Formats: sequence, structure tokens, C-alpha cells
Amino acid sequence: MSAALHEWGVAELAEALAQRRVSSVEVTQALLARVQRHAALGAFLAVDEEAALRQARAADERLARGERAPLLGVPIAHKDVLVTRDWPTTAGSRMLAGYRSPFDATVVARLGAGGDGHPGAGAVTLGKLNCDEFAMGSGNDLSAYGPARNPWDPSRVPGGSSGGSAAAVAARLVPAATGTDTGGSIRQPAAFCGVTGIKPTYGRCSRYGLIAYASSLDQAGPIARSARDCALLLSAMAGPDPERDSTSLDHPAEDYARGLDEALPGASAARPLQGLRIGVPVEYFDDRCSADVLAAVRAALAEFERLGATLVEVRLPRTELAIPAYYIIAPAEASSNLSRFDGVRYGHRAAQYADLFEMYCRTRGEGFGPEVQRRILIGTYVLSHGYYDAYYLKAQQIRRLIAQDFLHAFERCDLIAGPVAPTVAWRIGEKADDPVSAYLADIYTLPASLAGLPGMSVPAGFGADGLPVGLQLIGPHLAERRLLHAAHQFQRATDWHTRAPASVPSSPQA
Amino acid sequence: MSLTLTDVERLARLARLAPDRAQAEHWLGQLNAFFAIVERMQAVDTAGVAPLAHPAELFGEVALRLRDDVVTEPNRRAEYQACAPAVEDGLYLVPKVIE
Amino acid sequence: MSHASFLVQGYEVVIGFETHVQLSTRSKIFSRAATAFGAAPNTQACAVDLALPGTLPVMNRAAVECAIRFGLAVGAYIAPRSVFARKNYFYPDLPKGYQISQYEIPVVHGGELGFFLEWGKGADTQRLWRTVRLVRAHLEEDAGKSLHEDFHGMSGIDLNRAGTPLLEIVTEPDIRSSAEAVAYAKELHKLVTWIGICDGNMQEGSFRCDANVSVRRPGQPLGTRREIKNLNSFKFMQQAIDYEVRWQIEQLEEGRAIEQATVLFDPDSGQTRAMRSKEDAADYRYFPDPDLPPLVIAHDWVERVRTTLPELPRAMAQRFVQQYGLPEYDAALLTQSPAMAAYFEATVAAGAAPKAASNWIMVELARRLNAADLGIEACPVIPQALAVLLGRVADGTVSHAAAKQVFDALWAEGPAADPAAQAARVDALIEAKGLKQMNDTGALQAIVAQVIAANEKNVAEYRAGKEKALNALVGQVMKATQGKANPQQVNELLRRALGG
Repeated sequence: MSAALHEWGVAELAEALAQRRVSSVEVTQALLARVQRHAALGAFLAVDEEAALRQARAADERLARGERAPLLGVPIAHKDVLVTRDWPTTAGSRMLAGYRSPFDATVVARLGAGGDGHPGAGAVTLGKLNCDEFAMGSGNDLSAYGPARNPWDPSRVPGGSSGGSAAAVAARLVPAATGTDTGGSIRQPAAFCGVTGIKPTYGRCSRYGLIAYASSLDQAGPIARSARDCALLLSAMAGPDPERDSTSLDHPAEDYARGLDEALPGASAARPLQGLRIGVPVEYFDDRCSADVLAAVRAALAEFERLGATLVEVRLPRTELAIPAYYIIAPAEASSNLSRFDGVRYGHRAAQYADLFEMYCRTRGEGFGPEVQRRILIGTYVLSHGYYDAYYLKAQQIRRLIAQDFLHAFERCDLIAGPVAPTVAWRIGEKADDPVSAYLADIYTLPASLAGLPGMSVPAGFGADGLPVGLQLIGPHLAERRLLHAAHQFQRATDWHTRAPASVPSSPQA
Repeated sequence: MSLTLTDVERLARLARLAPDRAQAEHWLGQLNAFFAIVERMQAVDTAGVAPLAHPAELFGEVALRLRDDVVTEPNRRAEYQACAPAVEDGLYLVPKVIE
Repeated sequence: MSHASFLVQGYEVVIGFETHVQLSTRSKIFSRAATAFGAAPNTQACAVDLALPGTLPVMNRAAVECAIRFGLAVGAYIAPRSVFARKNYFYPDLPKGYQISQYEIPVVHGGELGFFLEWGKGADTQRLWRTVRLVRAHLEEDAGKSLHEDFHGMSGIDLNRAGTPLLEIVTEPDIRSSAEAVAYAKELHKLVTWIGICDGNMQEGSFRCDANVSVRRPGQPLGTRREIKNLNSFKFMQQAIDYEVRWQIEQLEEGRAIEQATVLFDPDSGQTRAMRSKEDAADYRYFPDPDLPPLVIAHDWVERVRTTLPELPRAMAQRFVQQYGLPEYDAALLTQSPAMAAYFEATVAAGAAPKAASNWIMVELARRLNAADLGIEACPVIPQALAVLLGRVADGTVSHAAAKQVFDALWAEGPAADPAAQAARVDALIEAKGLKQMNDTGALQAIVAQVIAANEKNVAEYRAGKEKALNALVGQVMKATQGKANPQQVNELLRRALGG
């Protein structure tokens, strides 16, 4: 293995560490140095070299004792909406400037040192990653701590809300990172940055410690440079959390990395996806989507056919309704979830106020950014007396119709494929004061979110201005393994996922 | 239907936000633009469609998980109040509450 | 007077109740922090109770079981599927900025509560059996407390109580007077403690009532109601409602309309006043809580709980009527508490006649307990001893008056180590105090003869047909026996001797 340490993926690092060919401290130091060097990307909100190295040393001692854990010693980083004991957690908001959680999110603990009877995968935490404030945004330009930038073109957004996670992985600052996805916040930034990300089935990963944006949609998931690496992280993250999250599913955790290389039953090595039916929704291939993205997505589908998959046309007629439905349901839940930020028990409190009411208003007015306040306002409105039925209830009914469209489609196919976003990454500031046009760009990721389905973004080439394009794969509920297998087989046949942005030269010295 | 400035100000009160007039007017414009696309929903016939509150309903009966009635949480007041804006004698301080 | 004419200055009073019953669970409804009362501020508020970022609720099975117990006890429908909702409002003692409650689909639907309503005094005391229909009972979490003693112009917030499980029990507006309101509240209080879902401690706020009060002319539609919050003593409850009723009638009489409001009762001034914090029209923006899937209660769970319920007060009262031939009212009073009922049944089991035991417990025993401010479980006289005493009254060994003296003596001595010993004290005390009635006919006849000889005048009058004269003679005999003779027996012996 000659490539520089930062080039190594999770699987390679885990193996090298287990074989003691490299130490966790070495890797951690190398990556910390890179994080420093590329601070201008704005990918990280918090780095604590000492804390990271402490964990790395502990991992090296365990490795020296011959202990084994799937990710023992592998450095990763966490989106800043996942709470951590050893790093501040701000959710990209001024409201939580300097906030320290007294506990680790369940997924953070399971990837790291474990807890609640879970052994922990042994990963080392490098730091916390930038994101749109409270995960509300699709460009990471709505972080109170400045934008994260796209490594492929620093004048562009990395996507959002998990923009810091995607940018850090694409820039080779970390081999993998956690993200969260409510309406596309893992898939879209992964697509914009040319990396791989998966949003699991709703409830697959515990939401305990995930600062809630929209509770019925939020899901944590991994972003990495390959489907295999995503599988390694997801295996550690997934599984029930009965004592902490009432919406976590009972299905036990799986080893998603197992069998990735194998061909489907009855398929040949040459055509490993023989028998896989991929649904192609006509609604995802109309003029809403720009030509460069369509071309890359179609080419990727052709590759899947070469791998033995068959394409079947499916209909998702309510696709367009996902936008109003999502932008009612998510803000409604957010307006309630964010009420706890009142300046009483933690977080920002205004300096001056005449009485309690003013204390609340100033605290929240100062602590929340414009998009968050806008969504709180929308949510407050659609839940308020006299409007609930017309908006919230209607949206939840349409949500079921959208989900039923998927269930029907999956009677005819095993996976659904299409674009992740209608365009490649836009310029920072381009949609700054036009929230609605930003909302419309979520058209392809919102439907699967509303239906609670697992979805992936897989690098599928490049579009306008040499910017990455992602292929979205959507599976039936709990079909993460099927998604990861198909994506891995695609990545064995293509090298899009190995391409590194020129802005971050990957020579050992860089 | 479209919102008025009074609506926006009422909602802001309800949500404990304090926009100045300029900001409220700015929001008013954006909210109305947003609700323009929302109105599309109203055309859809959803008679008899059960609202979907929990996606898990789609692949199996969802039932609330119940835990045993045991106390496991120790007193961690000092740790929990470390990040509190104002505390005294273990109490969180707020501007006088009037009943 | 009949209950239907419970009118105040020609107005009918209409009251509905909302009672918050604190459920006796160890841990909170959605967290694993303790619910114990009186801990130092915020030492029992865990990350979930404080609504720290990222925390989520997980439901306590025991709280659900309490709701099922209550539903069964009032003959209600237990919803196989009920839904938790968020009630959104800002208040410093509400950490999440919303309260998790049940709104559209509560866990308990319907049911009813019956009780005797009594009014008037002494001879013209009247009683009426009343039934109040319940609308629903739902599970929800309690809020914390705002401490108003001054922290240099600030209030202090203690969140220990935040997340304590509550069952909110809502009635139809079936109550027609403050007296009936108190009777209902007492009956409900009895029931929730009886079935063990609440400790009933009103000082600690375990049983808090809100009364929705309105008045109207009979036959008219319901008037506008005002809600009196946090009535946590039966005494204040009656005062508060009486004041509120008078106030509302006064408003109407002076041509002012009643405006819907939430008010508090101030025991010092004896008045109610509107709460300022509730002034801005509330818009709670209820919606199903996405953090909590529907609460599903399987039929067999309900049936399992049913088998663990004790005999309920109503059923026990009916049994007392059938088994012991007691009047309805005796049965109702004897089933005020499990301890009272147990004392009665133990007394009867030890051989006492049911009605005699009932009378003694409701009159003699009750009076002494009240005077000493004791619960019946602390009664110094054990049922076995009372049974022996009542036996002596029944077989004529002692008079009722004498029995009281014995009872007082037993009470003063307090319970003996061994029950048999105290029971044995009954006869010892009768002996020692010389309270035995004179049943030696020979001796009595001699005295009767002496009295006849010594009172010719009365004898003549009696023989002349003056019944009254006999009473004088009876009195003489009783006097001569220092009251130990049995008056009936003396009466008979005299008549016989006078050839009556």
C-alpha cells in the first residue's frame, strides 16, 4: 500500500491497523495535519487534537493487546447535530455556541467506545463537521459558523445539510463521516462532492443524541468514499435502541459488508447483478432535471445493465407533491422540536430583556438564523388552530399516497434508480435569498424520505464544469444490504468513486 | 389564500420570535411564495386516506415500546447545570413568572 | 327539598371536573429518573426531563397499567390503540416547550362514578344517590415548579416534578352544586387510592382538581364557564366554587357577561382571580408526537390487570347489603376505605351482629376517631374486643350506656399485645366497674315488692288506670338497684305484681 495515509479507505485502514502495519496515532496525526491545512474548506467546526490523540493512543493499546473491533483505531468525524461528550456540539447554530452534551449520541457511541451494553466499533473521533443550522438547508451555506466549501470547486456549495461531512470525505480529510438525512441531507451532499452516502430505513439507526429537526424523518447514516466503507460504518451504527429511542426498529444489526463481493444467486461473476430489476421512474427523468445530470445518470444505468441488471419503467405519480408535503411536515415538527431552545436550561440567552416573554423572543431571535426562524414560522402556522387539517393533516395523507406509490413500484422492481439532484453543485450564495427555489431542488430526495425508505448516492461521473453527479438508489424498507451490494458491484466496475478533486492534491506530502 | 403582516406577527409571538417590521415583511413575502406551491396539495383528493405519522406503519404494525418501571438515573445536577445561563441554589433562574 | 331544586338565587350551577392524579410509579413517565417527592431542586431531573438536545421519550409500562386499572374501576372503555400528542406552549417549567399528553385518542373513554350526596341536618337529613359521567382519562407528563420567592427579581425553576406521570380524569358537566363537587372529588380520591394508582397526598399535589364552573337559568343553554385551577383541598374546593358561583350570578344580575377565564382561588381572601399568564389566547398546536408510536393495549393485558384489582368500593357495599342485610347508606359509609371495611368485617367475623357493629362503628367509633384525629387503622380498640362488647349488649349483660363506658376504658388502655387479651378485658372491665345488669329475678322481685309497699299512692293511681304512675315505680326500682336492673324486666315484674 503505497498511497498516502489519507488516501486509504476505512476497510484498508482497519486491516492495516489490525495487522499493526500502521498505528492509529500515525493516521490520526496525518489526518489532523490535513484538516489544519484545508481549514479553508470550512468542513470542521471543532477539532481537539488532544482528545483525538488520546482516543488514538487508547486504540493502539487495545490493538497491541490483540483486541479486535471492526473500526478499531480508524479516525472518523461526526456531523455536528450528533451530540458528543468530548467535543462541543452546536448543530451549526449560534443558539448552541460552546454547548457540551453530557452524553454521546447512540450512533457516536456505537462507532466509538460503545456503551449501553454495545461493545463499540472502536473508531477514533477526529472532530465535528459543519452543517446547515439544525440540518435545515441543502447548501451548508446556512451554518452560523460560515459555509463549508465544495472541494471540487471552493466557490460552490458542498450540498447540505451534511455538507461538512461530504466535503471532508471528498477532500480526504477523513476516510468516513457520519451525516444525517431528513429530506436528502446525506444523499445530496454526497452527490455534490462525488462521495458515497446512505440514508438507512427510518428507524434503522437510533436517533438518541441526534438533535431533532423533523423527528418522523431524521435518520443518521454514513458518508464515505465507497459502498464497502459505508457498509462497515452502517453495520456499527444500525440496530435497536429500546431503552432510548421509541422509534428505533426492533430488527437486529447486520454485517452489511459480508457478501458484497459475491454475485447475486444464480448470477455469473461477469454479470453479478443478473436478475436484479431496477425501476426507472419516468417522473425522475423529465425536464426538471438538467441534461448533464441526466446524461451521467443514464450512463450509470447502462453500466448496471452491463452488470446484468434489467431496467423496468415505473411510475411515481405523486413525486411533485413531496415538496409541499415535506415542507409542511418537517417545519411543523421542527417548530415544536426547537421550542426547547428557550434560554432557560442551556444554550444562548439574550443579554437584555424586560420580562420573560422578551427573554424568550430575544434569545430565540438572536440564537436562530433566518432559515430556521422561517421554518419555525411555517410550522407554527400549519399547526395553528383552523389550519391543521388543511395543511398538516393533508400533508400526512399525501405522505401515505407517496409511500403507496413506492410500494406499488416495488412490486415490479427490486431497486429504484434516478438522479439525486436536478443539477450539480451551485455557487455559494446563488440561492441565498430564494428559499423556495432551493426547496424545489430537493424534489428527488424528498419522496424516499417521506416514505421512510433507504436511499443511497453513488458517484456516477461528472456534469457541468466537471462537477460530480450522483446516482440515487432507493430500496424497499430494510433493503440496505441490497442497496450496498448493488452500489459495490457498480463501484467494482467503475472508478468514479476513486476520483479525487484537483483542489486537494493527494500526493503524500500534501 | 395569502398571509397578512398581522398573521406573521401573531405567529412570531406564538413561536416566541421577535422580528422587526422589515423582517416580518420580508418573511411575509417568502411565506406567501411558499404557500403558493403548497396550494397544489389542496387539489389532491385524500378522502379516506389515513395520515401517515410513522413510516414504520408501512412495513408492519407499529406499537409503542414500553420499558420497565425502574430508576437508573443518578443525580447529575452539577454536570447538567454546567451549561445553564443562570442558576442559584440548584434552581434555574428566569425573569419573574407571573401566575 | 329535592336535589333538582339546588338553585342559587334561581340559577342552576353547572360544574365539570378535571382532576390530575399523580400516578404512583417509581420512575417518570418517559424517563428513568425517580419520582420521589421532596428531593433537593433538580436532583431528580435527568437529561430527558431537562429536554437536553438529542433526548427522546420512552414510555413507562407501569403508568399505562395504572390507566388500565382506573378504566376498569369506573367501567370505562380501554382504547386498544391510543395516541400521544404534543401540546405546544412556552413556560419555564415546561422544558421541551411542549407537554406530551393525549388529545384526540385517550387511553380511557367514558365510565362513571357514583356516590351518596347528603344534605340537611339531623332528623331531616336527606340523601340522594348521584352518578357523574366521565368523558375520558388520559396519560400525560407533569411540569416542573416555579418557585416565586424572590431571587432578586427572578423566579427559580425546579424540574424534579417534570415528567411525573399523571392521569387526567375529565367529567361531563354533571355536577350541580359545590357540595356535590366535593362529594365527587372525595369519591374519586377514595377510588384512586383504593386501587393503588395514587398516594392521594393532596398537600404534595398528588391529587389536583380543576373545576369548570358556570351558571344558567334552568332550561337555558350552558353559560360561559370559568376554570378554577389547582383546588388541592376539599375545604377550599367548596369555598372557591361557592365564591365563584356568587360572583358569576352577581355579574349576570348586573347585566355583565361572563368571559371565559382561568382563575386561581386565594384561600386568604377567599376569592378567585384570573391568571395573568393565561391571558393571551392559547393556541396549543396539538399534533401526534412523532417520537412515540401509538400505545397499543392488548385485550389479554386488560384481562390480566382485571384479575389484580381489589374488590371495588361499590361492589363491596352491595355485598355488605346482601351478605349482612345492611342499609345502602351504612354500606356506603363502611366502604369509605379498605381499612374501615376490614374493621367492620373483622368485628362481624368475631361474632358481632352486623347492624349493631355498623351502628357502633359509624357513631361511637367514628366520633372518637375524629376527636383523636386517628385513622381507623390506628384504632386502639381491636375488632375482636368490640365484638365481645357488642355481644354483652345483645345478651343483656350490659346496657348500651354501660357499654360506652367499657369502650372508653378499652380505648384508654390501648391495644394489648395479644388480641385475645384485650377481648378478655371487656368482661374484666364490666366486673371491675360493676356494670353488669341485675338479672337475678328473685332479688329483683324482693325489691319490687318493697317498692310497691312503700309507694301506695302511685300503686293506687296505676290501678286507677294511670299508666304514667308505673313509670314512677320503675324509676324507684331502678334507683334501688343503682341502675343495674334491666328496665324491661322491671316493668314486667311490676305489672305482674300489680296484677296488670
